Amino acid sequence: MTTQKRMRDVFITKLYEQMSKNKKIFFVAADFGSPKLDAFKADYKDHFINVGIAEQNLINVSVGLALEGYTVYCYAIAPFLTMRPYEQIHNNVSLLSHGKKLNINLVGVGAGLSYDVSGPSHHCLADISAIRSLPNLTVFSPSDCSLVEAMVTYSMENKHPKYFRLDGKPTTTLYDTVDQLLLKRGFAELLRGQKVVLVATGFMTHTAKVACQHLVDRGVQAGLIDVFKIDDSICEELGEKLAGYEFIVTLEEGFIRRGGLDSLITLVTSRNQTVFSIGFNNKHVFDVGNREYLHKINKLDAASIAQRILKEGVK
Amino acid sequence: MLKIHALAPETRVASSLSCVEILVALYYGEILNYNPQDLSDSQRDRFIISKAHGVVSLYPILADLGFFDEIEITKVCQSGAKLPGIPDMMTPGLETINGSLGHGLGVACGIALALKRQNKSQKVFVLIGDGELYEGSVWEAIMFAGEHKLDNLVAIIDNNKVCMLDFCKNIINMEPLDQKFIAFNWQAERIDGHDVEKVYNRLSQMKNETDKPKMLIADTIKGKGVPSLETDSLSHIRILSPEQVAQALKALPL
Repeated sequence: MTTQKRMRDVFITKLYEQMSKNKKIFFVAADFGSPKLDAFKADYKDHFINVGIAEQNLINVSVGLALEGYTVYCYAIAPFLTMRPYEQIHNNVSLLSHGKKLNINLVGVGAGLSYDVSGPSHHCLADISAIRSLPNLTVFSPSDCSLVEAMVTYSMENKHPKYFRLDGKPTTTLYDTVDQLLLKRGFAELLRGQKVVLVATGFMTHTAKVACQHLVDRGVQAGLIDVFKIDDSICEELGEKLAGYEFIVTLEEGFIRRGGLDSLITLVTSRNQTVFSIGFNNKHVFDVGNREYLHKINKLDAASIAQRILKEGVK
Repeated sequence: MLKIHALAPETRVASSLSCVEILVALYYGEILNYNPQDLSDSQRDRFIISKAHGVVSLYPILADLGFFDEIEITKVCQSGAKLPGIPDMMTPGLETINGSLGHGLGVACGIALALKRQNKSQKVFVLIGDGELYEGSVWEAIMFAGEHKLDNLVAIIDNNKVCMLDFCKNIINMEPLDQKFIAFNWQAERIDGHDVEKVYNRLSQMKNETDKPKMLIADTIKGKGVPSLETDSLSHIRILSPEQVAQALKALPL
């Protein structure tokens, strides 16, 4: 049986390990935890603070710490981290980092429909487009815990603002190892296809992998690219990778046609290529159920995705 | 300040006139430890100007102290100028970007926390507007600073009692203001914000007082020095004509 790990635990465990050699780390939480955070709090209490359920102050206090040279991690539930204090992120992270060096790392837990049964107030479907629209911030959307672990190292070595959108549920491993070069590139080709390629991010990369198998069963050799750094800096190389494909399917557990992954992909494709976006199209998710159920009724499960692609006439 | 406003009518003149004595005490009284030659000097006290829209009166002070050339204050708001209508962190001497209200105190809390955790002796000062207190984020920071006894933090409220559209008492009356901060574990007191000697004396003492974060409520008059502004509920948005500026300058007790 494949081991499953939670991204937040891997992130915090790796950060805990770094504390022995880097005393300029500060962890700021908005009353949100993790079993692994308990050890961090106990052993490095001078490097931790809980601001309470106060996301605006979470960002502002973190910015103050970063101005004084700390590498800061702001930790909260992803939709609350990115939406409630949006102006604090806009002014004190995006604008301020134009003139000041700020190594501030927004760490949000609960990407996409991670908080499935909690309903639409807890769903996180607009965070990629919301944060990506701001200059000076880089969005990371990992699909597995190997990427998450490497991202902690990246976050310390690259001293600028970043947003890490972590899945809330235990995740299976896709990568044996991840080096810093791979993180810098921002994407990986997991399967090489012929005419069609699925380009996915976060949790949807796992679904896309299964969808590719469905397509193979129907005689279509589909490629799979996992995008974990949603940033303009990956465009050139990603464009080169996509150049050989005729039909490109984007898959995200978020709103489509709203500035998310699909928008990035349209920047790197040509008129000769067809881009088909799969995600939530101009609707919130009020259906009640677990993630598997929500995906199924919204045609985001692997079988439905394969069918939708075949229906588009892909061979 | 008035001369800048005559050249750059977009600047908020009434807001900038209410805090002149506070700025004079902080800089010329050398309550702030600052270094125009090294803006990142680790020994400097940090001054966060949360009501940044209303501190154009700071420009002449910073120019006089050598933060930038005096010629710059004749070019405020002009195309290609260094100084905007609302100063930000690109302005030499400013630490942060404000303008949108309610951000400064929280950032100042983070700086104060960082200095305390690193056992550094520098202090953090913040200038807040009273209308700014309507922002909920200010109260998140008030609660935080009181809980964590950030006694290296001194906040000054420019309590000029006028918002953009009306007197504050007609919008949401916040009085008694000092009691609200005391309830959140701050040391809070009131002062005549136009008595520069009193402001200087109290701030120089408060800087080194320990145990709690400190709030100085400086009672001020919006548009101080320009009679037509001093009683006007819409003073925030008033633009003085060059003639009115000349008249106001003439009336100043120099």
